[in-house]
Amino acid sequence: MDSITDRLLAATGITKAFPGVRALQEVDFELRAGEVHALVGENGAGKSTLTRIIAGLEASDSGRMLLAGQVYQPKSRTSAEAHGVRMVMQELNLVGTLTVAENIFIERLPSRLGFIRYRKLNDAAREAMAKVGLTDVDPATPVGSLGVGRQQMVEIAAGLSHRCRILALDEPTASLTDSEVELLFTQIRRLKAEGVGIIYISHRIEEVLSIADRVTVLRDGKVVGTQTTGEIGPETVIRMMVGRDLGQECLAPSGGRGPVALRAVGLTRGDRVRDVSFEAYRGEILGIAGLMGSGRTETMRAIFGADAPEAGAIYLHGGGEPARIRRPRDAVRQGIALLTEDRKEQGLFLSLPVRANISITRLRALSRLGWIDAARERRVACDHAESLGIKCWSVEQTAGQLSGGNQQKVVIAKWLYRDCDVLIFDEPTRGIDVGAKFEIYRMLADLATQGKAILFISSDLKELMAICNRILVMSAGKVAGTFARSDWSEERIMAAAFSEYVKTPGGMRADG
Amino acid sequence: MVDDQKRGNVRRLLADYLGMAIALVLLIAVFGLSTNHFFTLTTFRTIANQIPDITIAAVGMTFVLIIAGIDLSVGSIMALAGAVLGIALINWSLPLPLAVIACLLVGLACGAANGLIIIRWALPSFIVTLGMLEAARGAAYLVTDSRTVYIGGPVEVVTETAVLGLSLPFILAIAIVAVGQLVLSRTVFGRYLIAIGTNEEAVRLSGIDPRPYKLAVFVLAGLLAAVAAVIQTARMSSANPNTGIGFELQVIAAVVIGGTSLMGGRGSVVSSFFGVLIIAVLGAGLAQVGAQEYTKRLITGCVIVAAVILDQYRHRMRRTPQAG
Repeated sequence: MDSITDRLLAATGITKAFPGVRALQEVDFELRAGEVHALVGENGAGKSTLTRIIAGLEASDSGRMLLAGQVYQPKSRTSAEAHGVRMVMQELNLVGTLTVAENIFIERLPSRLGFIRYRKLNDAAREAMAKVGLTDVDPATPVGSLGVGRQQMVEIAAGLSHRCRILALDEPTASLTDSEVELLFTQIRRLKAEGVGIIYISHRIEEVLSIADRVTVLRDGKVVGTQTTGEIGPETVIRMMVGRDLGQECLAPSGGRGPVALRAVGLTRGDRVRDVSFEAYRGEILGIAGLMGSGRTETMRAIFGADAPEAGAIYLHGGGEPARIRRPRDAVRQGIALLTEDRKEQGLFLSLPVRANISITRLRALSRLGWIDAARERRVACDHAESLGIKCWSVEQTAGQLSGGNQQKVVIAKWLYRDCDVLIFDEPTRGIDVGAKFEIYRMLADLATQGKAILFISSDLKELMAICNRILVMSAGKVAGTFARSDWSEERIMAAAFSEYVKTPGGMRADG
Repeated sequence: MVDDQKRGNVRRLLADYLGMAIALVLLIAVFGLSTNHFFTLTTFRTIANQIPDITIAAVGMTFVLIIAGIDLSVGSIMALAGAVLGIALINWSLPLPLAVIACLLVGLACGAANGLIIIRWALPSFIVTLGMLEAARGAAYLVTDSRTVYIGGPVEVVTETAVLGLSLPFILAIAIVAVGQLVLSRTVFGRYLIAIGTNEEAVRLSGIDPRPYKLAVFVLAGLLAAVAAVIQTARMSSANPNTGIGFELQVIAAVVIGGTSLMGGRGSVVSSFFGVLIIAVLGAGLAQVGAQEYTKRLITGCVIVAAVILDQYRHRMRRTPQAG
């Protein structure tokens, strides 16, 4: 079994230090041909760094790698790709203004005399897209007009369209729906059968256990252990990752429901938000479930005034008059906060210090006659960084240098500082490790207990069922049902999520 | 803790300005050694006379670049505002204070027009201010009937007034730089500008409407161009509608040499002032060693690009040790 030829990649003693951080220490990793080998661990455990070294995006400080028995020392991404080693990144590397087809084949556009052969390109792209189930997207659509989930499918389609010996997938399912994940798994199994070695990074433990043959758990840059997936359960993996048990407890706030904080009536905008009505109460977490593209984000943006609704009204704090919200500024002034799905593009100032990121929402309160009280600003930022456990050496560190989980905490800190009554969280735990996820769940529950109304959008149904008091399900822009803890089940919620798509003439869309 | 912070502040100040100061001292030393009459009062008086208008316009331009905008119209606004100043003094026989107010109002109005159009139709400032560059220049010719208005005495008071041997324009320029720097680094307004230049959408979603702030920045740039016009007109004793052609590019060059990013979100008013000084010293020095006008321009061009390259290295160096 462990013969030399069987070992596609053998890395030994890989060490890598970044200024101030030892990202990897003496890591050994081995990948067989036709194997899916998962890497799991909390953010900052070194999974991505290890994979980036293998894919030639980063050089290790020491250690050596053998690829099919030959010394392998990629100097760049291109040289790794020449060896047949390819990585699909977590961050989208797509050019928004180019079409889906152009993005997939960007380094090898079919051309004649320098002119792109569009028909050939689009046909090839259609084929690559069909493999990941992207059949309802025209390859000539600009990538920028697709949602994040679709963009990720395009990225994966681009990765799968190359012939390679090793394919590394970094959090490929972070924004995919269950059916999209299933399609991806089918493709992974196909590649496996062809003898491709697959490195699979994910935070979703159950997913890892179902697709991977072996799991290597990393913690603080060291290998905790490598296990065959058949022999272990999720609890074992989580224990290895965090060094403790997390359990499947109900984390929902139990303080009881307060008065209505927000009531939406007949909200409509385009075909993504169709006659949406619901109520959110103080003291509870209202989960918003639905498939990708079911209009969850769009509804929240309409409430927040980021994209003004065409029809409908919002009533705040039990008032009889509809609230006037035409811009985010109006919403924030009336106590609504929106923590957007895309924190880097819409939530953070990456090149500014953590301090400025937190204080921005209420800078006026920190100033007198327009002059900022620097000492107070610093204190406020330090207090929030401390109470939320933001890991940074100083609040003067720029937000861009923090890990995903810590960046998300900075976004939360900025809105906690604003002290809004209604907090809308759009996918707050995406791309965040298990430990940080649980910290965020606890924060949400605390906020609800303090009397805030929490709206929580998530594509992870288990997560919603663990921490919400009620779950509202959206389907094709409509409210398909609201479930209380006592009468929900995974099956009922999923049925509701699909309900509007089933009714559509011509059957379900690609999502379903 | 507080001491640490202070030391940190001092270190940051050094990091921010030391490079520029060294460049300036080197430049002065080189010219001082290569010609005998560089280290004279005349040289420094010439430079001090030349820089107030460009310095003041550079303060406005720094703010514009920080919000990731650009203002190509400052030269034309300066010409138009100066023309109105001349006409008000000569044709309308207004007293100087009233004429100056008229001049400043013109600058403010042009800046407001830029800003309003930019925020109302969400247009790139490059295009809108390019339009204003033409329009204001045309208006300047219209107002003066394409002739230079000779003013003389009534306006020369501005440059002749001196405090402690420093001319009024020079003092005014220094004061505007100081206030500009404080506004940028210490006020809510300044912080919002930096945030807008870094990520405008995040500002909007943080519940702050960026539009009034953007408008204010263009109004400020127009107003400061008019202040520059008063000084420039006084120095020339006349209002010339041809004045300030290419002025906007000199101003942008000074600001960029100072390390303000054209991508927005990063910049400093004091650094822009250093940029103005470097260009002025370079110009005066090259003139004294006998360089021709075209040689001067050739060298200035190289300095602009070299400064930006150096600034990129400096910026990268400052960022890396932060992780440790």
